[in-house]
Amino acid sequence: MYDIARYEEARTVDEAVALLAANPNARIIAGGTDVLIRIREGHQPSAELVGIRHIEELSKIELLSDGTLSIGAAATFSRVSKHSLITHLVPALGEAVETVGGPQIRRVATIGGNVCNGATSADSASTLFAFDAVLQIQGPEGVRLVPIREFYRGPGKVHLSQTEVLTAILISPENYNGFGGHYIKYAMRKAMDIATLGCSVNCKVGAGNIVEKARLAFGVAAPTPIRCPGAEALVEGKPFNAALADEFGKAAAAEINPRTSWRASREFRLHLAEELSKQALVQAFIKAGGKVQ
Amino acid sequence: MEIVGRSITRVDAVAKVKGTAKYVDDHFVPGMLHAKAFRSTIANGWVKSIDVSKAKALPGVVAVITYEDVPAHTFPTAGHPYSKDPSHQDVADRNLLTRRVRYVGDEIAAVIAVDELTAEKARQLIDVEYEEYAPVLTAEAALQPGIPEIHGGTGNVLGRGGYEVGNMAEAVAESDHTFADEFSTQVVAHCAMENYSAYAYMEENGRIVVVSSTQIPHICRRIVGQALGIPWGRVRVIKPYIGGGFGGKQDTVVEPLVAFLTTKVHGRPVKMELSREETFISSRVRHPFQFRIETGVKNDGTLSFRNLEAISLNGGYASHGQSIANNCGTKFRQQYRQKAIKYSCKTLYTNMPAAGAMRGYGVPQAMFVMESHLDDIARALDLDPVEIRLKNIPETGHKDPLNGIVALSNGLKECLVKGKELIRWDEKKSNRANQAGTKRRGLGVACFNYASGTHPVGLEVAGARIVMNEDGSVQLQVGATEIGQGSDTVFSQMVAETIGIPLSMVHILSEQDTDISPVDLGSYASRQTYITGMAVRKAAEEIKAKVLDYAWGMTDIPAQVMDIVDGWIVYKHNGEKITPLSEIALDAHTDVVHAKPFTADVTNNARVNALAFGCTFVEVEVDIPTGKVEILEIYNIHDSGTIVNPTLAEGQVHGGVSMGLGYALYEQMLFDPKTGKPLIHNLLDYKLMTALDTPEIGAHFVNTFEPTGPYGAKALGEPPAITPAPAIRNAILDATGVKFNDLPMTPQRLIAKFQAEGLI
Repeated sequence: MYDIARYEEARTVDEAVALLAANPNARIIAGGTDVLIRIREGHQPSAELVGIRHIEELSKIELLSDGTLSIGAAATFSRVSKHSLITHLVPALGEAVETVGGPQIRRVATIGGNVCNGATSADSASTLFAFDAVLQIQGPEGVRLVPIREFYRGPGKVHLSQTEVLTAILISPENYNGFGGHYIKYAMRKAMDIATLGCSVNCKVGAGNIVEKARLAFGVAAPTPIRCPGAEALVEGKPFNAALADEFGKAAAAEINPRTSWRASREFRLHLAEELSKQALVQAFIKAGGKVQ
Repeated sequence: MEIVGRSITRVDAVAKVKGTAKYVDDHFVPGMLHAKAFRSTIANGWVKSIDVSKAKALPGVVAVITYEDVPAHTFPTAGHPYSKDPSHQDVADRNLLTRRVRYVGDEIAAVIAVDELTAEKARQLIDVEYEEYAPVLTAEAALQPGIPEIHGGTGNVLGRGGYEVGNMAEAVAESDHTFADEFSTQVVAHCAMENYSAYAYMEENGRIVVVSSTQIPHICRRIVGQALGIPWGRVRVIKPYIGGGFGGKQDTVVEPLVAFLTTKVHGRPVKMELSREETFISSRVRHPFQFRIETGVKNDGTLSFRNLEAISLNGGYASHGQSIANNCGTKFRQQYRQKAIKYSCKTLYTNMPAAGAMRGYGVPQAMFVMESHLDDIARALDLDPVEIRLKNIPETGHKDPLNGIVALSNGLKECLVKGKELIRWDEKKSNRANQAGTKRRGLGVACFNYASGTHPVGLEVAGARIVMNEDGSVQLQVGATEIGQGSDTVFSQMVAETIGIPLSMVHILSEQDTDISPVDLGSYASRQTYITGMAVRKAAEEIKAKVLDYAWGMTDIPAQVMDIVDGWIVYKHNGEKITPLSEIALDAHTDVVHAKPFTADVTNNARVNALAFGCTFVEVEVDIPTGKVEILEIYNIHDSGTIVNPTLAEGQVHGGVSMGLGYALYEQMLFDPKTGKPLIHNLLDYKLMTALDTPEIGAHFVNTFEPTGPYGAKALGEPPAITPAPAIRNAILDATGVKFNDLPMTPQRLIAKFQAEGLI
């Protein structure tokens, strides 16, 4: 039972922007795995939709001339996770999006939709935070770039106006070259679930088995995905050992301020934050070529 | 036996796989109208005023019906057989629509419109003003004096029960140790794949036809008659294919209302299909229980006394009510021997969804408290958990002192022995001392007993009808409903076996129609194979006797020396073929003088019961830092007498164990303690296990023969769901030394207790 009053389909980004600009009630639909749920729940009565699923340029995954990895916003999760550029350059992102829903969802849901939906639990988001991804957005005024850390305004809210389309997610070479990454989705089930806590760590190994760079991002630790710069700084430049991983976990837990809700208590989330960031650091360090023990 | 006992492919397999099997939602009636209920958004209170004018004005709306339009009398909803004895009748505490709202989701009004979307939009246009009372969500709140009663005159007590058997004072005095503890279980939902759905229309003669996804067509007819205050024969209920019930559809959830709504629109067809969210908050759930248990035991592990106090929370309406707490107590008593045993229980009204029948009917709760507590005792006395059970289980032939059921077959000991072997209990136990790492393994066991039907508490009437065709094939009609459990296949096997024809010559009518089908109470209480099976067997025997008698007349060979084997009339002593059955059947259809086609129409009142037994063995690995429990191995071993169809039986065990695993580790419905609003009402938040979460499940059976059952069979439908939870709880205890007395055992609960007990 879907209350849809109007549906138009764009074939190019320009056309999508024009359709949105022409109708202030129009909203974008890509894979529909979030939008259709909202409509079914009655949150978008008499929905007027602009479909962007068949815009070819939006599903491209390519390497730009400066080495920047560009992921089309309408690329589906299954396309992202299987693409050779992803598996070679940013495997952690591919692994992260493989944890979304189930196979049917991943065949239609898009990575751009996951980000624009504004959910703190989005499985791609914390990893994109750890990669310092930049979002390429096109509107009637042209194209703008915004770091993903500045994109989120609050739960379900992002800096995207009604006339704008997220066209690509960019990851620059200095943010993926030499990094190993690991995402842990902690959920109640092994599939078809949202994260109780998502934890993504990227790190780089330096001479002497030191943690040269560390990036830690959480989903569901706050109203939006967040980074933990304190924990990152604490371990950077230090030789890796089990005690360092423990400290990293403790610093991460100290840096977040989760709420108690019926889904999980604050105490439980804090315990998970400490445990998962520790485990993710160890795994990321191994993947980056470091030695543990 | 040739056909009984074989893994015959289920008779509805092809129709279901091809999608040609029609469910309620696959039936399209021209001009169908759609109804949506306007539901209460508060848990407790009453409607001061309601304004439906905007809803009525919406184009496409045909009618808006409110509590002002429904009959004043109340009716019961539980799918129990009717009793003329008022003290044995279900509590009649429902109106079709209500002004006094008793839970979030209670039905105040209904919109009928030309399509579902219009009905939904109109529902949102209804304005209502409430007077609100504080929600009653706990036993303490329900029993608080002076609060507004949820149902006037009840004091919020829906029922009380209990018993005391044996000399308690002596048993207490004889005990070397006494153990006492408290346990609790949660609200869970059935989650049948098909939500509640029904439509109703009126025939020209004024009769009301209800097509519904129901487990109990004949009982449903009676309840619709009661609800509308019309003669029961004016109602006809049709049950097409059904997408699961698990007890939730042993109740009338949407049928009385759609039947009433069609009368308000001149008999036009009206359909009401609950969404998944509505099914969660506004149908039926499993009763949450709180327990206090006390057990006296001798040094060698012999039980001397057991005492259980139970409080069952029933939600806003009675539904099956006190029956569940009573059944909990019966199975608690039947499980072990002891000198004295006592049970006391009460069922309370609260402002939550009505709890009703659900697979196991109070027994998963009973076995969780009993089998968990028993493991704690074994641990305290340094006894092996299997040994303490073997020491106390009743012997074959044990007669229950209260209900008189005699366990004429009892394979529980064999189940325990087999389970131990399967999981390599002794070997693993001896290799497992003092685990210290983050991942720890443990073994758990739990036993159960269950009944085959409801005798002597309830009536056990079942009907079967067989008509033989000219070629010797037959049509079989039963009143018991195929709800996915495979009963149609099992009944077909019984008929083929008894008459002596190939299974392909048995055609079963899967649809029940109360105008056509034999009278049967329906599918519940794990009764179909055992109870309806008796009627099916009798009908088949009658047909066979008629065929042989007719053959005698045709062949001059006495009936008693003949048999029917694989569609042939043969000599009994050597199997020599005499004539094809088809010759006899054709003659019985066509002979100008003697024609008398073979038919049998049997009703059986089974005043007997048989206990089924079994146990779960499980090995878990607990990851201490993340609070996750991994099932490494799980086996359910059942004594269900003769297994009529091993593949279907295995399917029952897989489904039941899966339900039990969810009960143990994942599933719960939560309610806002301030408002009573359900916090979990969809399959994202309600953590039904996915395929990836489900371990390999080992289903095993021991060989027993139940003399009272058809072909030696007894109950299997519900039992598999009963013991996974206590077995897992006991395995976690074995792995970590930590006791979890509250279900479900979620990671958050594990972490909190591991922190409190210093494991983290």
